[in-house]
Amino acid sequence: MDTNTILIGLAGVLAGAAPVMFAVIGETITERAGVINLSMNGTILLTAMGSFAVAVDTGSLLLGFLTGMAIGALVALVVAFSSITLRQSQVAVGFVLALLCRDLSYFLGNPYMGLQGPRLSNAIIPGLSEIPILGTLFFKQDIITYLSFLIIFLAWGWFYKTRPGLVLQGIGERPAAAFVRGANVNRLRYLYTIIGGAIIGLAGPAYSLSIKAGWKGTISGLDGIGWIALAITIFGGWNPLRAAFGAYLFSFLQWLGLVLQPRLPNIPSQVLQVAPFPLMILTLLLVNIGDAEWVTRMLAALPEGVRRFIAKVLRAMRASPPASLGVPFESE
Amino acid sequence: MVKRNVWLNILFQVVAVLLALGFTTLVLLVAKAPPLEAYKNIIIGGLGTFKKFSDVLVAWLPLLLTTSGLLVTFTAGLWNIGIEGQVTLGAIFTTWALRLLQESSLPPALIIAIAILAGMLGGALWASLAGALKTFGGVNEIFGGLGLNFIATALTIWLIFGPWKRPGTGSMSGTQPFPEELWLPTFPDLRLSPWSLVLGILALVVIYFLLRGTYFGLKLKAVGRNIRAAFLLGVPTWQHMMLAFIVCGLFAGLAGGLQVTAVYHRLIPSISSGYGFAGLMVAMLVNYQALWVAPVALFFAFLNIGSIQLPIVLKLDSTLSGVLQGILVLFVLMAEGARQRLFGKR
Repeated sequence: MDTNTILIGLAGVLAGAAPVMFAVIGETITERAGVINLSMNGTILLTAMGSFAVAVDTGSLLLGFLTGMAIGALVALVVAFSSITLRQSQVAVGFVLALLCRDLSYFLGNPYMGLQGPRLSNAIIPGLSEIPILGTLFFKQDIITYLSFLIIFLAWGWFYKTRPGLVLQGIGERPAAAFVRGANVNRLRYLYTIIGGAIIGLAGPAYSLSIKAGWKGTISGLDGIGWIALAITIFGGWNPLRAAFGAYLFSFLQWLGLVLQPRLPNIPSQVLQVAPFPLMILTLLLVNIGDAEWVTRMLAALPEGVRRFIAKVLRAMRASPPASLGVPFESE
Repeated sequence: MVKRNVWLNILFQVVAVLLALGFTTLVLLVAKAPPLEAYKNIIIGGLGTFKKFSDVLVAWLPLLLTTSGLLVTFTAGLWNIGIEGQVTLGAIFTTWALRLLQESSLPPALIIAIAILAGMLGGALWASLAGALKTFGGVNEIFGGLGLNFIATALTIWLIFGPWKRPGTGSMSGTQPFPEELWLPTFPDLRLSPWSLVLGILALVVIYFLLRGTYFGLKLKAVGRNIRAAFLLGVPTWQHMMLAFIVCGLFAGLAGGLQVTAVYHRLIPSISSGYGFAGLMVAMLVNYQALWVAPVALFFAFLNIGSIQLPIVLKLDSTLSGVLQGILVLFVLMAEGARQRLFGKR
């Protein structure tokens, strides 16, 4: 494999991570506000199908993407209404929506299966794309991939550099304290859940109108992405930069699977496609295990140098969720 | 007073069911399909002939088993979303045992019994993995379980295309079917096995009494309601969570094993057929009470079998059953929330 092939492959990794990026950043925003939107797997399928259908019928890519955002926001609204106003379990509602939206997308998408539709073309940025290596990697992508770069920094800046971002962290960590300081906790939770949902809603069209153009029903290969994105959200420790790293790592592993496929003919392709999952579990384990009591006890028995090293690694990996994630807030 | 609340409860549930039907009708209209025709076809597809109804029962039994198992984990406050993988592992272990023993001189009945027990073991093993990740690794059972589901599917596909592939070339249609003497006997001309029927119903009865009438059930409930209080009162909490996972895994594994020995007679890629997730929906719909599991699971099975008719007759996708089930659960949850909001708890 020559350098150019690898470079184009890596550019593909960046583009391939775009849908997951929207899902992960959207979910991170939602969870920062203290709400879990477990419906992602269904939302991605439904937005992929819905935006493709609209784009085919109207010929407008923009309307396609807007449809995706609208569907994502609507599903998130159901999550918010059921959990905040009706006080039902977020996990239960999200899980049901995940299945419901998946089946809805297969049912309603039936007539659009295999149709030829519009597809986002690459927008090569003049000048910047001439830079060796970086040009091919970053500046010969399509608009939605550029947007996926942008959203990482937008979310990061919002969380850590603005005042409303500080309030956002507050309503996820200590809603009572935020409330006392004048934040309308439940209204903000509604707001961020819907915004997060709209961003998640870009994940579907990022597939069906860009990197996996079209709608192919159950064989689209999109079923499962949403669950991975949820795992990456945890891996990302609710920090947009670390979440972005997780999304790129996942996309890279998938690409690696494709590259290795011809070299390992005995392993069916379906197995390599799921290779990221055991790794995900492993990373989740590493992210969480530092908190376990028996680990602390075992570490105490180790020699000083080793102990300090392991403890340091575990601490670097560790991520704790917003303290009030999934906990309803009542002001009275 | 109590009486009024019961009627209020029923009123809200009826409204939820009507809304679910309304939504599904709307979806059918959006798909430009005739709603009444579609519903009629589902009913004919599920209840039209005695044979079709027996197929509904074939789908009902694994659903009974998974839902029964899930009642145990739900009672302990656990979301065992990894149940799909536990069903799959049950099927894999049963297939494994059958492959090992089919050449042996043991009587077929014994081989089948061993294989089904192996399936239960497989399910329990996979469940305890999710349990260990939760109790020792701090990995939320939802994420651990989801990951394990994907691994279980990959394992199945690898086995079907790799070590267990059919003579010649492996295919998505599954492994080589087992000889007929290793099939669990069925009623004449039907796909329904009396053994599955007995085991499925027995499972629900066992769980009903386990959760209602035993000390173990009570302790599980304590762990599920308030884990800290349970711990302070001397209930060994993590052991009970592990046990809940294992019991659920036993039932899920049994479901998977029966799919192999009684229904497909081989291992196929989608052997769990979504019975685990469907079980989660049924458990939510019955509000985690064993009493209503049998009829609600029967209704879900009826929808699944009935909708098989849709693609053939009306060129509609059979996932309509999933749409109806999903929206039904969602509206029932929302109606419950609305009732509590408007009229207070209970």
